Amino acid sequence: MNKISPSIEDALAGIEDGMAVMIGGFGGAGAPIELIHALVDMYKKTGSPGSLTVINNNAGNGAVGIAAMIYAGMVAKMVCSFPRSSDPKAFTDKYLAGEIGLELVPQGTLAERIRAGGAGIPAFYTPSSFGTDVAEGKPVAEFEGRSYVQERWLKADVALIKAELADRKGNLTYRKAARNFSPLMAMAAKTTIVQASRIVEPGEVDPEHIVTPGIFVNRVVEVANPQQEEALLREGAN
Amino acid sequence: MTTKLSNAQIAWRAAQDLPDGAYVNLGIGFPEMIAKFKPKGREVIYHTENGVLDFGEAPPAGQEDWDLINAGKKAITLNDGASFFHHADSFAMVRGGHLDVAVLGAYEISENGDLANWSTGPGSVPAVGGAMDLVHGAKQVWVVTDHVTKKGAPKLLKQCRLPLTGVACVTTVYTSLAVVDIRNGRFVLREKLPGMSLDELQALTEAELSVEGTVKDLVVPEV
Repeated sequence: MNKISPSIEDALAGIEDGMAVMIGGFGGAGAPIELIHALVDMYKKTGSPGSLTVINNNAGNGAVGIAAMIYAGMVAKMVCSFPRSSDPKAFTDKYLAGEIGLELVPQGTLAERIRAGGAGIPAFYTPSSFGTDVAEGKPVAEFEGRSYVQERWLKADVALIKAELADRKGNLTYRKAARNFSPLMAMAAKTTIVQASRIVEPGEVDPEHIVTPGIFVNRVVEVANPQQEEALLREGAN
Repeated sequence: MTTKLSNAQIAWRAAQDLPDGAYVNLGIGFPEMIAKFKPKGREVIYHTENGVLDFGEAPPAGQEDWDLINAGKKAITLNDGASFFHHADSFAMVRGGHLDVAVLGAYEISENGDLANWSTGPGSVPAVGGAMDLVHGAKQVWVVTDHVTKKGAPKLLKQCRLPLTGVACVTTVYTSLAVVDIRNGRFVLREKLPGMSLDELQALTEAELSVEGTVKDLVVPEV
């Protein structure tokens, strides 16, 4: 078994128009910048993959990462909890012009929907959003005297994830708070594509310390010294 | 005579009620100020939704690690005993009743504890983040806020007019003029500024302020 791709382009092969793409990261922490930017380059060169549904907590910041995808015109819809940032212009302009869709999901519901998608649970009940506009049209049920809203699983064709260490079997660790949604997204996508800062031999990471077991991972590409979205923004990248 | 508390003073007052040993989530912005005023000798462990428990102060400028941030995307440091976890575990801590206190800001609060703090209505980009999760599950949900809007209109209402964040979820409101608990669908006045009469306070509050026992003076140092 060898899940290691020789290049980023190889790792990204097969992403098609109209697919749902989960992208790890919360703000800049965990954003797989090299994977995203290679996908943007691919779109600019070939016109594909476009009309993507992108699932992330946010909707891009500045002009890098997901914001670069939005500026390139390859995103049809965002599924996120907080489409604001220090510089949300890429999303805001397109949203207010009606050129990009938005499914707003409370953050914990977003996480649990993704987890459910990866765990084979089609729906669950949560107290979050009960009695609010976000719950409109969703089934409600009472448990132990309190009302809960039914939410459905969320799955994707592809997940793009940034890990710290990976081995050829796809086992992953993450760096600090860069973990956030990535272990959940790795479970919920048909094809999980990982950029890892370092590839190690199987067994080098203590099994007690592996966060994402390799069964959830399809492809791994090494990106040493990866860019960090927040650092890029602070350097004034655009 | 103080006519109204500053945000820092409201944060100071709320901080005095942090229980020793509590797990606490402070919302982005104004509520974050509370950490600075935690009384000495009390140990409080802070949770941030993006997946860190037991974080400390911001690092000095230039020493930020942008993989180590809070939900407001600000750089943080770790205390000994800190831990990382993914988002589903993080919100299990929130909804599962494991947090002792969550503190949020507010546009409006109603007397039955409804909170509106995420949307000012149509015409803007809606963004909710973790607020709709945070208002459910914590044993106490506190709000820190000015007592009235910038235009002087009451924020403590009979019913919220703006889109709700959660229904019957707020337990205490710390305002620029008073400390108000929410019990059995009513605002119960716990403390008010000493220079202000109950009638004056009531005039700035849409819903009725109930009094059970003695109303204490809200006394806060300059901070």
